[in-house]
Amino acid sequence: MTRWRWIWLAASLALAACHPAEQQAALPASHAPAAASSVPKTASRFEPPPDASMPKDDFGKQVLLGRQIFTDTGHYAKSYVGNALNCENCHLDAGRLAHSAPMWGAYPMYPAYRSKNHHVNTFAERLQGCFRYSMNGKAPPLGDDVLVALEAYAYWMSKGEPIGVAPPGHGYAKLPRPAQAPDYARGEAVFKRDCALCHGDNGQGQRVADRTVFPPLWGAQSFNWGAGMERLDNAAGFIKANMPFGRGNTLSDQDAWDVAYFMNAHERPQDPRFDGSVMKTRKAYHDTPDSLYGTTVNGSVLGQGAE
Amino acid sequence: MSMLHIAVLACCALMAKSVFADTLDGGSIARQGNGHGVAPCMACHAADGGGQVAAGFPRLAGLPQAYLRKQLDDFAQGARVNATMQPVASGLSDAERDAVAAYYSKLPVPQAKPAATLSSDDAQLAQSLATRGRWPNGLPACEQCHGPGGVGVGDHFPPLAGQSAVYLGNQLHAWQQGARRNDPLQLMQTVANKLSDADIAAISAWYAAQPATLTKESQP
Repeated sequence: MTRWRWIWLAASLALAACHPAEQQAALPASHAPAAASSVPKTASRFEPPPDASMPKDDFGKQVLLGRQIFTDTGHYAKSYVGNALNCENCHLDAGRLAHSAPMWGAYPMYPAYRSKNHHVNTFAERLQGCFRYSMNGKAPPLGDDVLVALEAYAYWMSKGEPIGVAPPGHGYAKLPRPAQAPDYARGEAVFKRDCALCHGDNGQGQRVADRTVFPPLWGAQSFNWGAGMERLDNAAGFIKANMPFGRGNTLSDQDAWDVAYFMNAHERPQDPRFDGSVMKTRKAYHDTPDSLYGTTVNGSVLGQGAE
Repeated sequence: MSMLHIAVLACCALMAKSVFADTLDGGSIARQGNGHGVAPCMACHAADGGGQVAAGFPRLAGLPQAYLRKQLDDFAQGARVNATMQPVASGLSDAERDAVAAYYSKLPVPQAKPAATLSSDDAQLAQSLATRGRWPNGLPACEQCHGPGGVGVGDHFPPLAGQSAVYLGNQLHAWQQGARRNDPLQLMQTVANKLSDADIAAISAWYAAQPATLTKESQP
């Protein structure tokens, strides 16, 4: 253990001692089903073309491969995947669903400057980031079939959309800030009530016949600390709009923030940009209240990684 | 015979009885009933636990033990309404419910009975619902919870593949109508309310015709 870790451990223990209430069990903040106020229904939402209209020619083959990568990433992009996730775990309906970071919401917005890496990213470069962080794997080289197929799929899906205009339903739902600061114990209660059935008591997910059915939410087989879903605002927006499956927009906003906090207050694989110091890595890449990386929760400094 | 002998014999008899009670034979309940008015399960669910397809009596063989146990409790308590199963489940003790659930969960999955063939339109509709869902209406794909090929996942998501089409259709309608409401988090009630009669007919027939276990070829 490094000296820094000792200092942090001591500091965390001191802090934990000051907040014994954090350890107590809590009830979710609200049991009332929430009005879906924060996720507007947009009348003029872009409709991606139906799968049946996928061309049957050589271009269509790449489009189809893109969709296959989306739904069975560990098989079709095996060498670039380092966990048990599939693209469609976070981009529902194989990347087609509004408020679930649909491909038609992203494709027309690139190339774009990203503060995440301080330069203008092509769409292919953006896809590389997905593999490096969300899939906890390695970036396919530019020009690799995996990137070409995924880009072809996103391009095909976005046909007819204006370029450079963020369409309604892009990204994840943006929730208003919660009335109460997100809380681990309340989040745990929401998790046990509404999430553990599918994702397991320890967020480990469930697999059948070597395929992920319910994705692991934290731990070695989940997304790493560099992924977008590590941000509380992204996670809360995704959860609110889409969880539990088929019952999106039934959690209260507060429940969504609390359970997002609970999920992201667990360890997951290290941020690949980690330079030996959790605090330096936090300052460089996680310097926002929406990231728990490098913060102390229940007496532990998050960001140690999970193997 | 001394009093001691009698006492020892009495103890042995009591122990034998309690040992018998602890190791209830689910198979004998399945074949002969429980001796207290509960009919043999196999009368409806067949000797191999494969059910009776046409009558809509479901296959029990190979279903998750915890799922079977929960259904018995729910029949007894009315969260799942069924005129035949209610008295059966109520007539079984806790230990008997455990034994029967354990017995059926360990039975091998019987060979699928020949299932009706679907029109290509229905098959296409069913496959799309099973593997893709209808997300613009908030309908997840069946296999997103019931697993690849609909073979079932964990304790809470039973297999659909190789199950009686009549049974599957009856359950989906029961969820729509609220006659069955024992699904965790109301997941199935929510899903069933997003299905049309045509959807239900197609998806039930389609899953009935799917292999109950994943073959090597159907695995990716």
